[in-house]
Amino acid sequence: MAAHSDHSNDLHQTGEIPKAQTKVIWKTFFILVALTAVEFLFAFTMDAGTLRNAIFIILTIFKAFYIVAEFMHLKHESKALIWSILIPMALVIWLMVALISEGSYYFDSIRNYFN
Amino acid sequence: MSTSTTLEAPKTGTWDGGNEPLKASYGKLMMWFFLLSDAFTFGALLIVYGLSRHSHLPYTGSPDDFTFSTEWWPIPEKVFNAFPGFHGVDLPLAFVALMTMILILSSVTMVLAVEAGHRMDKNDVQKWLMWTILFGGIFLGCQAWEWAHFISGTDEGMLLADGTRIFGANLTMNQYGPPLFADLFFFITGFHGTHVFSGVVLLVMVFINTVNGVYHKRGHYEMVEKVGLYWHFVDLVWVFVFTFFYLI
Repeated sequence: MAAHSDHSNDLHQTGEIPKAQTKVIWKTFFILVALTAVEFLFAFTMDAGTLRNAIFIILTIFKAFYIVAEFMHLKHESKALIWSILIPMALVIWLMVALISEGSYYFDSIRNYFN
Repeated sequence: MSTSTTLEAPKTGTWDGGNEPLKASYGKLMMWFFLLSDAFTFGALLIVYGLSRHSHLPYTGSPDDFTFSTEWWPIPEKVFNAFPGFHGVDLPLAFVALMTMILILSSVTMVLAVEAGHRMDKNDVQKWLMWTILFGGIFLGCQAWEWAHFISGTDEGMLLADGTRIFGANLTMNQYGPPLFADLFFFITGFHGTHVFSGVVLLVMVFINTVNGVYHKRGHYEMVEKVGLYWHFVDLVWVFVFTFFYLI
């Protein structure tokens, strides 16, 4: 396809194209794959429970960190931008704690009503 | 005075638009805030999953004796254990592992396209965008298969109290557990799938513009970067969906 296209657009190219810097990208990729593999290891070797769920959530937060910091480049943005993204996410954490405890309460009250 | 001349004059005054406290372009900044609001939506959906799960009876017996029942919330490993071409073989989470790998890989090819854009390397941008579109398409295909399997159900189905059996799931009936489980499956993976689909559409548009040299003439590949932000966000959401829907 490239061989048949006209090269009129390439006129603005000045000088050599610098070499690709992909070391960090592939390193991040292998970290993400390794963390996912560890999650599967736990899923198949460990019995379900609070501890296993905690391990899953911690590993997920690590994966989220690498995606947002390296792939989305947030780590290299200005501090003001980093905080204006991260601080509102605290609201989600609060909602999560509130609604999951609400769910447990709802479950308890239904069970007590029927027993 | 025509509008073009006023637009061309750069604003330099501190109170005249010349100040950039976040040191990011308008487009990128707005993409970040859009993604923040989208994160709230996905967060709300996953939190409702947590709420529904905690308001249902958990399965307390041995995982080996697990059967589908509307009495308790199902174990995800027992629901998502099918793989295309391996009918009747119990392969817990194998297919979803494949889907996760495909999406992480597409994220890497996307970041490689962004990197190529920084170097003004048009051919590399094209190549990596093509790979990203391909992986995105494969992911959508996988999700279509998973939905089809979830909707049509397993061979055994679920035995009801009156002796009849139900197969598969829809919004009101569900062989795997409480109807809410299927509803949330359709909503959460469906909403994510819609995002992947929109992402692929955006990537195709950016790819066409790259091939036509639009960004090269403009002098920067920032549009690739902005679509890249969106695409990584879709991958990020999948990481959370994977943990909270399939693992826990």
